[in-house]
Order: sequence, then structure tokens, then C-alpha cells
Amino acid sequence: MHWSLDLVLLLVLAGSALWAVMATRLIFSAIGLAFASAVLAVVMFRMASPLAAVIELSVCAGLITAIFISVISLVKHETRGEVEARRGAHLRKYVVLPFLAAILGITLALVTKRQALPQPQALGETDVRNVFWHLRQADLLGQIIMLLVGAFGIVVLFKLRRKT
Amino acid sequence: MSSLLLMPFFLVAILNLLNTGAVRRYAVVAGIAWSLVQLLWLLFPQSQFSLVGSDFLGRYFPLHLATDGLSVVLLISVGIVGLVTLITGHQTITDEKERFIFINLVLLTMAGLNGLVMVRDLFSLYVYIEVVAVASFVLISLEREKDALEGAFKYLVLSASASMLMLLSIAAILLVCGSTSFDTVNSVLHTAPASPIATLAIALFVGAAFIKGGLVPFHGWLPDAYSSAPAGVSVLLAGIVTKTAGVYTAMRIVASVFGFTPMVKNILLVVGTVSILFGALAALNQKDFRRMLAYSSISQMGYIIIALGTGTALGMAGALFHLFNHAVSKSQLFVNAATVERQTGTRDMTSLGGLGGKMPVTAGTSVVALLSIAGIPPLAGFWSKLIIIIALWQSNHHNYAVIAVVASAITLGYFLLLQRRIFFGKVAPQCDAVKEAGAGLLVPALLLSAIAIGLGVAFPFAVSWFVKVPQSIMNMVAQ
Repeated sequence: MHWSLDLVLLLVLAGSALWAVMATRLIFSAIGLAFASAVLAVVMFRMASPLAAVIELSVCAGLITAIFISVISLVKHETRGEVEARRGAHLRKYVVLPFLAAILGITLALVTKRQALPQPQALGETDVRNVFWHLRQADLLGQIIMLLVGAFGIVVLFKLRRKT
Repeated sequence: MSSLLLMPFFLVAILNLLNTGAVRRYAVVAGIAWSLVQLLWLLFPQSQFSLVGSDFLGRYFPLHLATDGLSVVLLISVGIVGLVTLITGHQTITDEKERFIFINLVLLTMAGLNGLVMVRDLFSLYVYIEVVAVASFVLISLEREKDALEGAFKYLVLSASASMLMLLSIAAILLVCGSTSFDTVNSVLHTAPASPIATLAIALFVGAAFIKGGLVPFHGWLPDAYSSAPAGVSVLLAGIVTKTAGVYTAMRIVASVFGFTPMVKNILLVVGTVSILFGALAALNQKDFRRMLAYSSISQMGYIIIALGTGTALGMAGALFHLFNHAVSKSQLFVNAATVERQTGTRDMTSLGGLGGKMPVTAGTSVVALLSIAGIPPLAGFWSKLIIIIALWQSNHHNYAVIAVVASAITLGYFLLLQRRIFFGKVAPQCDAVKEAGAGLLVPALLLSAIAIGLGVAFPFAVSWFVKVPQSIMNMVAQ
């Protein structure tokens, strides 16, 4: 039973990710992304990584989706006619994607020869607090610097007066 | 050496917390002072100033960083190019708010670059590559001109693709080795039999490094980004960003992590050769000053990659030395381009001419830079190219050595064309009233020329240091 549940989870994950990319309307892309993140959180739970699953669920499925939907609500909405008019061209751009995803999935299944999701064992430190605050301090600092850069990016792209 | 990563970060925090009119006007002084401190710490590591200062903040924030000879050369390059970028940007960006943001972003980019060359973990390497990429994207779009936004967008898309490949590679490495630390991955890959997943991971990471470095066939974003970015930003991008995020990353992961397998060496040789030839031939056809320099950069980075592909300590010495020389001389050419653009209002070489008499210092320093890049003695670039060609010949890659020599001749050709169009011949009518730039733009050019000349003349005394550095890294890999 385990392997069939894992297979269903991975298929739903791939399907919702494809929907997020191929959806014609941004709101459906955001919902597809949220759904994919939620399924990924379930996959992480099944791989005995509850902390990673909680962070995935709260940040990616929750916070980031909320930000996307807030931004989408601020942009000019398209009429149904405008959406229908570009649906064909939009889908034609990504028609190859499901086939590529299928080929990649089958190849990975054949190469890894797994029948269920692996249950990884930690090789070293298991205390997340120690890993986060002591062992990976350089990564933490890098992410803080990234946030600062992002803040400057918002000022540059949205706040400073346009030249053209 | 934690202070090299923490100090620029704290400096940005202080500048923004204070953020008065006077602070914004003189922020560039803080940036220049920091660049000089970084250079002093690295050039005089045994001095009391360095011993006390360079790890002062590390006592409170231990970051598990490490430096070796390869990192030190890159850190010195970051200091030099950072200094020149700040001075050039201060002269060419007129809006005070934009200039303040520029200085902050350059300091954060320097922090990212310093972190990139000091980490000893694949995931940390990825984090700092991303810091540099996002900062570069914002810097390119600083003035929000249409071309710049297009160039930044192309860079963002290709950079995101490279990031995805890197993450996939790191995931595969974690699956095979159980860790992302350089030492652990290196020891597992060398003691365990080769697995297809490990081979795929190596190919993905090396491919991602090529995209970040703008090597052929992933170079599409580079000419647009270099030519449309503000002048000071082009100096930073061409001088150090693509070299560190792309070429240094490839050098580090091949030399210290994955090792010189036959597959990796062949990929490096082929990609390097194609980049050398494509870049050189494309540069011949350019009319825009900065686009010509951009294609020239692709060609010169090909030399670094082809030297790495020999898999020998001499090849690596040549790669490292050429990386430094190119950082110095290409930065200088972009400073010259900024100067010409500022004084004449254009980068179109077909509408320029005879500027040699009007701008003698700019013309003279550009001659030094182009002769160094073309490999003319006794400048620094001659020695690095000579070492690369000898390394290729000694490792029985005779065809590649011949191509490297022929491409040097093409390099000299397009640079002489550039000189002729801009600085020699009859003065173009629109250049009649042009004058030489002020000290603000001449000082960086003179400084960089002095380095190219000084290192070239003094190289016979410094050659043993450049050869010793890669030997220690290669010995570590061989174990």
C-alpha cells in the first residue's frame, strides 16, 4: 500500500506543478503552486522530515501564496474574452511539457529503482536548532543579505521615479 | 576572515540607519575605505592591523569560513574591482538617491563575492552565488532604462535556469555522498565507484557554472547585460562578478570537489575553445564599444576554462593568473568606455574618432589594457597567456595551444580596430569640443594600468607564488 500512496502523491505533485505553469490565468497558477507545495509537504512528512514539511506548508503554501494573490488583486484584470483569445497560443507554448515530465519521471523511476519514498537517516547533527543557528550561520547571513538586496530591488524597480 | 563577509553587511546597515543627506553624499568614502581595508588585510596578512582586524567580528559570529591561495587571489580581485567600481559609479551616476543605492548594492555584492570564495560547502556556495546574482540583476536595472530592464530580465531568466541546475546537482550529491561539504564530497567521490547520479550531478553543476560565467553556448545574456547596465555596474560585472560566480565556481568545484575526470577535462577544453573563438570573432563585428568588450570577455574567459581543462598545476596557475589579469584589464577598459561615453555622449564607435589627442590619459591607459589582454610583453597578460599555452603544449593538447595563439592574434586585431576607430585618425566633427575626463575617472584607470605594468615587469619574482597555489590544491585533490 505504501508504494501506491507514494506514487499517487508524486503524480499529484507533478500534475499540480504542471497546472501552475500551464494555467492561463495567474490566479489559477498561484492556486496550483499552493496545491503543489501542500502535496510536497505531505511527501516530506512521509519522508520523516516533519520540520521541513511544516516550513514548506507555512511558507510556500501559505505565505507565498498570500503574497501572490495580494499582488494579483492589484493588477488590471483581464476580461474573459482576452483570456480566451490567448489561451490557444499559451497552451501551445507548453504542450511538450507534460510529455517531458512523463519521460523524466519514468527515467528517474528506472534509474533509482525505488518502490517507495526513502526514509533518510541524518548522518551528523540532528538538533535543528544547532544546525540552523551554529552549523549553517554562513547560509543564514547570506539569506539576510539577500533580503537586504531584495529590499533595494523593490526601491529601485518600484519606488524611484521612472526615467523613460 | 569572517570580517570580510560581515563588515560590508554592517556598513550597509549603518549607512541606512543613519541615512541623512550628508551620509548619502559621502557614502562612497565609506565604500572606498572598506575596499582599501580589504586590500590591506589581504596584501599584508601578517601585519598587526590584519591579524587583529580580519577576524575581529569572527569571535562573535563564527561563520566556518576558510581561505586558501585561490580564495586570496579572488579576494584581492574583489577589493580592486570593488574600489574602481565605487569610484567610477560615483562619477557617472548623477542622481543622489540612485548613487546611494548603487553604493549599498556594490557593498552587498562585495559581501556576496567574499562569501562565495570563502565557503567550503556546496549549498553555501549556491546561497552566495544567488546573493551576487540578485544584486547584479538590481544593479543592471538601476536606471530603469528599457534596454537595461531587458538585459536584466535576460540575465534573470538564464541565472534562474543555472540556479535550478545547481540545486538539482546539490540534491543528487546529497543523495550520493550524504553531505554537501567540499571535503566529504571529495573523499566519497574518490573512494566510491563512479555512479551515474554523481556523473549527472557533476555535469549539471559545471553546466550551471558555465551559464553564470556567460560561456558559449550560454552567453546570450552577457552582451546585453554588459552594454545596457550603468557604466559603473559594467565595471563590476565584467571585472569580477561573472569571473567569480562562473569561472571561479567551476575552478573550485573541479579542483577541490569533483576532481579532474577525463569527461570534465574534455568538456572544459571544448567549451573553452569554442568560447575563445566565438568571442573573438563576434568582437570583430561590433560597433558599440561596450558590446565589443563584452564579447572579448567571453573569449578571455574561454582562455581561463581551457587552461583549467589541462588538469595540471601549471594550467591552473595560468588560469588563476589570467583571471586576475583579466579582472584588472577588463575593468580598466570598461572604465575607459565609461569615460568616453561621459565625455562624448555616445558608445557608437562609428561616430567617434581622433580622441587620442583630446583624451591622452584615457587613450594611453586603454592601450596598456588592450596590449595586456592581447598578451603583449612585458605586460601581465603576456605571462598568463604564455603559461596557458605552455600548459596546453606540455599536456599534449597541441591543437588547442595553436588555437589559443591564433585567437590572441584576433584579439589584438579587434583591439587595434577599437583603438583606431576611437582614439586615432581624424577627429570626428561631434568630438571637437571633447576634453579629457576629471581625476575621478582617470585615477582608477591609472591605478589599474600601474597594476598591469607592475605585475608584468615583476612577474619573474612572483611566478613561484602563482605556481605554488594550484599545486597545493591539486595535491589535496590527488589524495
